Amino acid sequence: MTTGLILFFQSGRPLGAGVRLGLGLRMNRTKGDEEEYWNSSKFKAFTFDDEDDELSQLKESKRAVNSLRDFVDDDDDDDLERVSWSGEPVGSISWSIRETAGNSGSTHEGREQLKSRNSFSSYAQLPKPTSTYSLSSFFRGRTRPGSFQSLSDALLDTPAKSYAPELGRPKGEYRDYSNDWSPSDTVRRLRKGKVCSLERFRSLQDKLQLLEEAVSMHDGNVITAVLIFLKRTLSKEILFRELEVRQVALRHLIHFLKEIGDQKLPLDLFRFLDRTEELALSHYREHLNIQNPDKRKEFLKTCVGLPFSAEDSAHIQDHYTLLERQIIIEANDRHLESAGQTEIFRKHPRKASILNMPLVTTLFYSCFYHYTEAEGIFSSPVNLKKTFKIPDKQYVLTALAARAKLRAWNDVDALFTTKNWLGYTKKRAPIGFHRVVEILHKNNAPVQILQEYVNLVEDVDTKLNLATKFKCHDVVIDTYRDLKDRQQLLAYRSKVDKGSAEEEKIDALLSSSQIRWKN
Amino acid sequence: MAAHLSYGRVNLNVLREAVRRELREFLDKCAGSKAIVWDEYLTGPFGLIAQYSLLKEHEVEKMFTLKGNRLPAADVKNIIFFVRPRLELMDIIAENVLSEDRRGPTRDFHILFVPRRSLLCEQRLKDLGVLGSFIHREEYSLDLIPFDGDLLSMESEGAFKECYLEGDQTSLYHAAKGLMTLQALYGTIPQIFGKGECARVRTGCFVVQVANMMIRMKREFTGSQNSIFPVFDNLLLLDRNVDLLTPLATQLTYEGLIDEIYGIQNSYVKLPPEKFAPKKQGDGGKDLPTEAKKLQLNSAEELYAEIRDKNFNAVGSVLSKKAKIISAAFEERHNAKTVGEIKQFVSQLPHMQAARGSLANHTSIAELIKDVTTSEDFFDKLTVEQEFMSGIDTDKVNNYIEDCIAQKHSLIKVLRLVCLQSVCNSGLKQKVLDYYKREILQTYGYEHILTLHNLEKAGLLKPQTGGRNNYPTIRKTLRLWMDDVNEQNPTDISYVYSGYAPLSVRLAQLLSRPGWRSIEEVLRILPGPHFEERQPLPTGLQKKRQPGENRVTLIFFLGGVTFAEIAALRFLSQLEDGGTEYVIATTKLMNGTSWIEALMEKPF
Repeated sequence: MTTGLILFFQSGRPLGAGVRLGLGLRMNRTKGDEEEYWNSSKFKAFTFDDEDDELSQLKESKRAVNSLRDFVDDDDDDDLERVSWSGEPVGSISWSIRETAGNSGSTHEGREQLKSRNSFSSYAQLPKPTSTYSLSSFFRGRTRPGSFQSLSDALLDTPAKSYAPELGRPKGEYRDYSNDWSPSDTVRRLRKGKVCSLERFRSLQDKLQLLEEAVSMHDGNVITAVLIFLKRTLSKEILFRELEVRQVALRHLIHFLKEIGDQKLPLDLFRFLDRTEELALSHYREHLNIQNPDKRKEFLKTCVGLPFSAEDSAHIQDHYTLLERQIIIEANDRHLESAGQTEIFRKHPRKASILNMPLVTTLFYSCFYHYTEAEGIFSSPVNLKKTFKIPDKQYVLTALAARAKLRAWNDVDALFTTKNWLGYTKKRAPIGFHRVVEILHKNNAPVQILQEYVNLVEDVDTKLNLATKFKCHDVVIDTYRDLKDRQQLLAYRSKVDKGSAEEEKIDALLSSSQIRWKN
Repeated sequence: MAAHLSYGRVNLNVLREAVRRELREFLDKCAGSKAIVWDEYLTGPFGLIAQYSLLKEHEVEKMFTLKGNRLPAADVKNIIFFVRPRLELMDIIAENVLSEDRRGPTRDFHILFVPRRSLLCEQRLKDLGVLGSFIHREEYSLDLIPFDGDLLSMESEGAFKECYLEGDQTSLYHAAKGLMTLQALYGTIPQIFGKGECARVRTGCFVVQVANMMIRMKREFTGSQNSIFPVFDNLLLLDRNVDLLTPLATQLTYEGLIDEIYGIQNSYVKLPPEKFAPKKQGDGGKDLPTEAKKLQLNSAEELYAEIRDKNFNAVGSVLSKKAKIISAAFEERHNAKTVGEIKQFVSQLPHMQAARGSLANHTSIAELIKDVTTSEDFFDKLTVEQEFMSGIDTDKVNNYIEDCIAQKHSLIKVLRLVCLQSVCNSGLKQKVLDYYKREILQTYGYEHILTLHNLEKAGLLKPQTGGRNNYPTIRKTLRLWMDDVNEQNPTDISYVYSGYAPLSVRLAQLLSRPGWRSIEEVLRILPGPHFEERQPLPTGLQKKRQPGENRVTLIFFLGGVTFAEIAALRFLSQLEDGGTEYVIATTKLMNGTSWIEALMEKPF
């Protein structure tokens, strides 16, 4: 079946295109097909299409129903949950925070609140739920060590209890507790939130058993508690060595270190474990927290050469180089802008600094402000293209967008003009002229310019589509003429303005005896 | 208040009542008047189990959002912080407490950690010198929150990331605990099935771990034999890792699309207000709403329950039918002649009005969604997704993705598509992968190298190894791509993605009939082992099913579930000869966007 589908596709995108996307949620690539498709009864778009008018019916009924308002007393809909405009049901928690915090807030909101204040009394009168189910009822009274930890177990305990000796309670407080719990009993008590001394586990063997017990419980909180104890009482080397063969605990430690913002120990750890790529990434990650551009640049410099994968290494190097360039460009341009001597900056003041912008954005900026600069200058587009090995396609797209934005149509023209060795010029676009047209249109290019590029689109259907979409009448008319398609031309006549030059042109063609129409 | 929770096969109001009771017990422990300071993230989940009225009954007089500096003035005896166990929140709490002390009347401070106390946090409070200020430091195990009559979620945003990237299994521990709570309320679940990852991380399989944790907890539990008659017949634990594909595709059900476009948070959605007319006609014009319109979406609303799981394409006709019915009902008033008739008409008014309001809302929402789904870009995106899922051109650079990057569409959108292609090709060819990576880094910034690594670690984006693409085998065996799909009157779960049948749900469907033995080969290809475990029941509690009675399966998605998958499961539940009804539980209600977002690397 799959092969069939693929073959089906290779022959060009067929009617109703390809994989059946069921649905009216199905897109055809060509406009004409599309219309036919939507109108065919089999695949109807959304049923409240204008055509069958259900939406307007809906709206009408909505209106009708709305008009009944007066007939009905507005204020007696007590059964309905009251909702303030923002939609918070009155009495909900998030609503009440605003309410009880006493921010009278906007008058609108305030009004809503006042109106609804009364409704509290009715809530208050609600009988308390009579359900006898409570989580605690299931667990109450079982104090045997190791019973399932529940809310109520914790509740039955003394208040302000703490987990572990780290919390620094006076020694005396421990005296009620037995002193010879095994590692597994200790872990269970920890899990239940009871006070437990870990200090008595002095031998490495005991400590590791403690850790293994914790891990087997899968309770991250307890695992972390034990790890903190081990981290404090074991040497780094021993801790790392033992964690290397205990992956779960190891990952918990890494996560914990990340959580508390310890940046040095993870690096030591990765180095010890020889997880060099992780080490590199973890180091690189820190640059996100450095705001100062110069400091960030210096930091990135320390990342270059770290053991990333080959592919990533190149990206990291580029990241450093890019920021380095941006700092230079930024200083220079800020100066130019404030001096007020440069036309481009006067006409188009910069909206934001270029620092820390992505490469493509930087290229756009450079094409916008520094288009004509020579290759030797850092801020020139050509220099960026070379330094970062920007592919042709990417470069042309970006340059086109920048120059079109400035309405520099000559530059646009030059982008696509190539000369062969005989000196003939030819238009060529690595991105396809249909894309060129879309981008030009987005930048409000005038019809004459659009027309020129629509004409360069090779595929006739695409050309017609674009020409129709962007109202390049001449292109449409000429294309139908070349196709000798009288019917389509006739149909198109209704789409141009009455008495316009286009209409005249069509009429002239239609009455011409020179053309041998195919229909 | 939460009647909709009891409509389903399993009455989830029982769970809601249980957690409410727990909350009351804690509040009563802090005697006297109280103010609650909220970790803002928690107000959403708490809103699903309690309203302000409940708190007020227990002398909660003021509520604030947790913020730095001083607490707002409040004449209360107790200040209670409701917070997630996060270090940065501890810093704020300490600031609050320290600036409070200097201002005279002493008050009692308490902390309620949700869902769990954390040693790390208490240590931080101690370091900041405020630990001793708290009288009660407790935890509130809000593990599974009932969202609807058949839906539970832990709303743990970081669960997937923590498990797969950090290797922190705490959320699995919570999942197991949540399941224990369910068993305490609804009886021991006699049979457990599971399928989940294990090969990649050496420690073993998450799903197996959850099952083991459950069994272990149960062992520790002995002596108090659970004497509740089991409500669930079996439990299916599914690791998100088994089906990375489904969340990446755009959901096409009504609820799924609302979530894709506007994002549903704790069953609420915020919508642009323009399409929602002011409440009273008199107000029109002069104060047009500028604040987002917030609506609650659940089965308590009759109309929503009817349309949420439909393919969006089938929603319009239902709405217009409803409009006619309501119009006709209101017209009835002209026919009401006698006092009795008028009285009867008036007695129906509240219900009719609610229906009218609901219809108006959903018409507006449908219009908003339709604006998106009829856009050219939406169709182009869908075309590409569907090509990938049906196995077409997954091994080369895709033009549309290239265009999206060139036009700088949102990075998340690009990543979703690239990941989808990778998953549908069992990994991308190295050349293709490198190309996408370079384009993404150059266009969106080099720092996203970190995000790309995260995606790779999670298995969403990877180079193809061994040059073998397993996806076609999986697709064909599990019938993931259906050529004839009926969106109006669906006959198969594939309607939720207009052709693609979610892998996860297909696994559930095949488990119930004819059983996994029929797909052993594919199960071996999918990551992680599959297993079956029995929890013996005393004879008195063994269920004798009546002929024709459906089984009830609790399906737990570890790592998140989408609304479209939920819709597909509900579709299976409703099948006349389906034989199985599903209750769905998850660590997080998610979609492709929120998923990728959670995996992105941000500054600390």
